[in-house]
Amino acid sequence: MLAALVIVFREVLEAGLIIGVVLAASRGVHGRNGAVALGVLAGILGSVVVAIFAASISDAFDGRGQEIFIAAILLFAVLMLAWHVVWMAQHAREMTQQLRQLGSDVTAGRQSLFALGAAVAIAVMREGSEVVLFMMGIVMQGSNTMGELLAGSGIGLLLGAAVSMVLYFGLAAIPLKRMFSVTGVLVTLLAAGLAASAVKQLSNAGLIDVFDTPLWNSSFILSEDSWPGRILHVLIGYMDRPTGMQLIAYVVTAATIFILSYVRRAPERRTALSA
Amino acid sequence: MSTSRFARKVVRVLPSLPVFLASLSVLGSASLWASIAQAEDTHEVEISIKDHKFEPASLKLPTGKPIKILVKNLDASPEEFESHDLGFEKVIAGNSSATIRLKPLKPGTYMFFGEYHEDTALGHIVAE
Repeated sequence: MLAALVIVFREVLEAGLIIGVVLAASRGVHGRNGAVALGVLAGILGSVVVAIFAASISDAFDGRGQEIFIAAILLFAVLMLAWHVVWMAQHAREMTQQLRQLGSDVTAGRQSLFALGAAVAIAVMREGSEVVLFMMGIVMQGSNTMGELLAGSGIGLLLGAAVSMVLYFGLAAIPLKRMFSVTGVLVTLLAAGLAASAVKQLSNAGLIDVFDTPLWNSSFILSEDSWPGRILHVLIGYMDRPTGMQLIAYVVTAATIFILSYVRRAPERRTALSA
Repeated sequence: MSTSRFARKVVRVLPSLPVFLASLSVLGSASLWASIAQAEDTHEVEISIKDHKFEPASLKLPTGKPIKILVKNLDASPEEFESHDLGFEKVIAGNSSATIRLKPLKPGTYMFFGEYHEDTALGHIVAE
């Protein structure tokens, strides 16, 4: 039961952390909750579909299907998050002001809602398909511990969701003035980490074979397999054995998003008000 | 917020990352040909999973050669074949198989395991 709990908790937490960060980063966007709810729903449906077709996905492209599929959805998520960060950078100032004045959602538009929902859907689908497969396995084995295993999975799911909510409320407690810069940086690093993961998948599929040996091994300091390592891996893309190509992907993605947000940020006006 | 403004924004923001992604995929397809070309010296092995155990659970593999592992899951339930030492994780559905490709190994011992049954599904590779 404990094993089932831990496995499901781990997967749910990985998706939940991403959702928590993205939610915090889009505080004040009108219709945000609906977009996230739709994203979670689409992600769960996607998980079931991916789990059902797991074997055929895996067999595609001469046995490279799973890696290519995961890399593709990760890169799509990177695009969505990048778009979202840049959009938020453009609107952060007006949103901070409106949030202060009205204490409620701004009506400043919903361009980034699709990006938000899509990123959430992908996070849920990627981790969720593993949970669905795992639970399908439990049911298929049909052993007498099935009830216990399913109960463990259920508790793991609730715990994962609870910890993610703690993160969200922690981020939401950041003073508004700094809120959007903090969450913007977080989402940027999160996206950079996803780009690096996508590179690893492509490398495992044999599609990248330049700069593909690990540059260092810091697993003795912080293993990616430990809980802090896992959480940092999700949040800022920590890697204990990054390859050159992963590092390049990480830096290029982060730099691209930072530069785009900087160039397209809202023009400075009447900052004296916030002093 | 008219749709045309929306569309213009998408058009302006989106192109920058795809440049990177496109260059990645160009690199990728170039190296795909490279990897097909060197497929002849690939060392191929098979591991099966039965009753949530690996058979064989211990493998000796050559160093300096790309390796292809065909993992056959003979159980009805899915397994996630994973190794931190070798940097892969792959879901394998019940009664099906999956291919793992490894870069040429350095001498050493590399652990692998089945994430869904970590108590029984354990194994290691010795490269020499």
